[in-house]
Amino acid sequence: MSLSYLITYAAFITFVVAVVARIHKIESMPVHLRWELYPVAHEGKRAHYGGSYFEELNWWTKPRKFSLISELKGMIPEMLFIKALWENNRPLWYRSFPFHFGLYCLIGWAGLLVVGAAAQMANLYIGVGAGAVGLAIHYLTIFAGAAGLILSTFGALSLLQRRLTDPEVDGYTSAAHIFNLCAFLLALIVADLAFVLVDRDFSIARAYVQNLFTFGNGPAVSSAIALEMVLFSLLMAYVPLTHMSHFLTKYYFYHKIRWDDEPNFKGSELEKRITQALGYPVSWSAPHLKADGKKNWADIATEEVDK
Amino acid sequence: MSKKKIRVEDISKPSEKLTHTEVKDFPPLPPPYDKLENLPKWDPLKCSNEIESSLDDTIAVALPKPKTKQEEQELVRKFLSGLEKLFTKENNWPFLQLLTLTMEHCAKCQTCSDACHIFEASGRNDVYRPAYRSEVVRRIYNKYLKPGGKFFGKWKHGDIDLNWTTIARLCELAYRCNICRRCAQTCPIGVDNALITHELRKVFSQEMGIAAKELHDKGSMLQLKVGSSTGMNPLVVKDNMDFIDEDMTDKTGMTIKTPWDKSGADVLLIHNAGEIMAWPENPGAFAVILEAAGISWTLSSEVPAYDGINYGLWYDDFQLARVVIKHAQAAKKLGVKKIVVGECGHSTKTLMVIADRVLTGDLNIPREAAMPFLEDIVFSGRIKLDPSRNDFPVTLHDPCNMVRLMGIVEPQRRVIRKICPQFREMTPHGVHNYCCGGGSGFAIMSGYNFQTWRKHISGRKKFEQILNAFKGQLSPDIPKYVCAPCSNCKGQIRDFLFGYDAWEKCRILYGGLVELIVNAMSDVKPGFIEWEWH
Ligand code: SF4
Ligand code: SF4
Repeated sequence: MSLSYLITYAAFITFVVAVVARIHKIESMPVHLRWELYPVAHEGKRAHYGGSYFEELNWWTKPRKFSLISELKGMIPEMLFIKALWENNRPLWYRSFPFHFGLYCLIGWAGLLVVGAAAQMANLYIGVGAGAVGLAIHYLTIFAGAAGLILSTFGALSLLQRRLTDPEVDGYTSAAHIFNLCAFLLALIVADLAFVLVDRDFSIARAYVQNLFTFGNGPAVSSAIALEMVLFSLLMAYVPLTHMSHFLTKYYFYHKIRWDDEPNFKGSELEKRITQALGYPVSWSAPHLKADGKKNWADIATEEVDK
Repeated sequence: MSKKKIRVEDISKPSEKLTHTEVKDFPPLPPPYDKLENLPKWDPLKCSNEIESSLDDTIAVALPKPKTKQEEQELVRKFLSGLEKLFTKENNWPFLQLLTLTMEHCAKCQTCSDACHIFEASGRNDVYRPAYRSEVVRRIYNKYLKPGGKFFGKWKHGDIDLNWTTIARLCELAYRCNICRRCAQTCPIGVDNALITHELRKVFSQEMGIAAKELHDKGSMLQLKVGSSTGMNPLVVKDNMDFIDEDMTDKTGMTIKTPWDKSGADVLLIHNAGEIMAWPENPGAFAVILEAAGISWTLSSEVPAYDGINYGLWYDDFQLARVVIKHAQAAKKLGVKKIVVGECGHSTKTLMVIADRVLTGDLNIPREAAMPFLEDIVFSGRIKLDPSRNDFPVTLHDPCNMVRLMGIVEPQRRVIRKICPQFREMTPHGVHNYCCGGGSGFAIMSGYNFQTWRKHISGRKKFEQILNAFKGQLSPDIPKYVCAPCSNCKGQIRDFLFGYDAWEKCRILYGGLVELIVNAMSDVKPGFIEWEWH
């Protein structure tokens, strides 16, 4: 088996481990105080103007309405189209949206390569002249791949151009920003060239994926495609290790912070978690707290101040 | 504008001032404030030998300069130790998850800058960018507290030096943000620069014992010791309310007697006690409405339950918890069905939202904002209303704590639409409003020239919004009313209206919502709102 496949396996494992580790780190943190920010999408009819259940008289006696439709209406435009950026920073949106949407297309493309590889292993022909399923996979793969490459290459280039020339971000651009964009560009440009010069229907890319399933015992793959796949694999491993893991953490920003309006009721599970946190020992050293590392949160909060 | 760019790392480089602000850089205001002679004087603060004043042209904290190098080093060490504690679950469970995410995921895209009224009003001064302060903290944390930080911190975020200059400036910079979270609303990722301001203030207070005096010594400490940050003890507050009752009886023709410590009342009303001192017509109007509507209610004379303020919200989690626990204990002792918080945004948010995950068991007494409570009274028909008594231009300010941060948007609007025929909105409004510029404690901070800074910079956008809301009617012949249902916002609005002489020049008055309601009550003598500056 060639090194490229080993790199892809290792990258996939790194990706999974990094994502799981990040989720675990966030999930294992204690309950936090409420810090919501309106509009809260699941508020249903009130969501469009940013209202909350606090607008109701005796709100704690009313059933809490949680509108999934309304939440999806808030989430989907944000996830797919970066609505916040469209509304608040249009020049950046023109760069960032193609980049991100292009990556979504490439993720779809990778998914289609997996489906196509599995289908080929089941002896389904994929390509012009194939049956309906084979034909659909063939064209969808080309469409997703081409769109993804064009959009994300344009996006990455224009983001890099902004980083290097826009005085607004001057002073806020680190070496890592430039490196990250260049890493994306390198992988994308190699993929663009491979697409145009070597693999216009992505059949070789599909063969590479098929080889991943068969541990390298499949059709031969050109070195250009192997290079493309290695670069994409390295990116897959790298992204969740960096601040670019916001593809994942954005969920927490929205669901666990901005939209976390869960009220605490007597005897609730939430109350148990709060009680546990109130028992943590505290070691802040300001004189008015007199924390000694032994007294807990509740002790200090219920202590009389020196008169 | 050809101003010199101020970089994040510049904060560590000793100089007289990191930045200056000049009137010529401030964005223009609508007439009559388009003329320089109609603007308040801008008096930049000179450098001081005693007090740390090297950030900009004002001071909020007024940190004494350390006398020795050793003292400086010790303070730097303490800062770092406090910063480290922010990232431990024991010391900072209340905000650990939020802070960790915000620290790790800023894309440094500057989308948030345009949302900030302070940044805009300062003429886009780099130091007032929402992300500037956060970036300083992020770089210090990554360089000095993360493994391999000397290399990876610089690679990921850029360099910074940690020295006394950095800390002294950072301490002041923590008090150049209203914690209004308008910037967070626009962040495409969800990062919250206001949270970093909040956590930074906590490091100074909880670890180093440093905070703005108005918030700590004269604020939460005085409240916990005496009962109120106004200095009123239970006897004095009752006396003052007696005066208010007499005054209300005279003004309205109704007999008003505020009930104190009534066990088993339905409602414990908690005012911001500043109202009792500065705007007695507000608690007075509450009493009139509640009596007229036949509500079973009471005030508490328990320390500190007659003062709803909770400045801990802005700088110290423990001071916050100490006060909310006492508020809840007072309510529990009286056996009331619910607490209603008066017209004070930060008190409302503290008791209803933040305290929601502090108060457990029997202390978890239902708590409600004044807005839906008043809306119910107004629409229930229990009081008779004559909107023609409010036939003057009215606009509404949305207190950030109650609106953007609690989602209480419509009840106050429904009331105003019903009783004020000439109501008009500001642009933008609701959850997208601009802070009055007094948020996070600024409204009560006036040392040195900080009040001037508030008028010119943090309050500028709100003043502009008010002028625009009354466009075409700014003549002093037309009395106009800015309804601000929040004590702190009222304080800030009062200060800038006064500073710009807007009563004399434009006849703009400000006040709360209850005053408008009582002014419209047909069963009370007309003219509750007195059209004179106060
Ligand atoms: S806080 Fe958000 S909007 Fe502001 S610079 Fe960071 S990522 Fe951009
Ligand atoms: S919280 Fe408000 S004042 Fe502070 S940086 Fe953000 S927008 Fe500006």
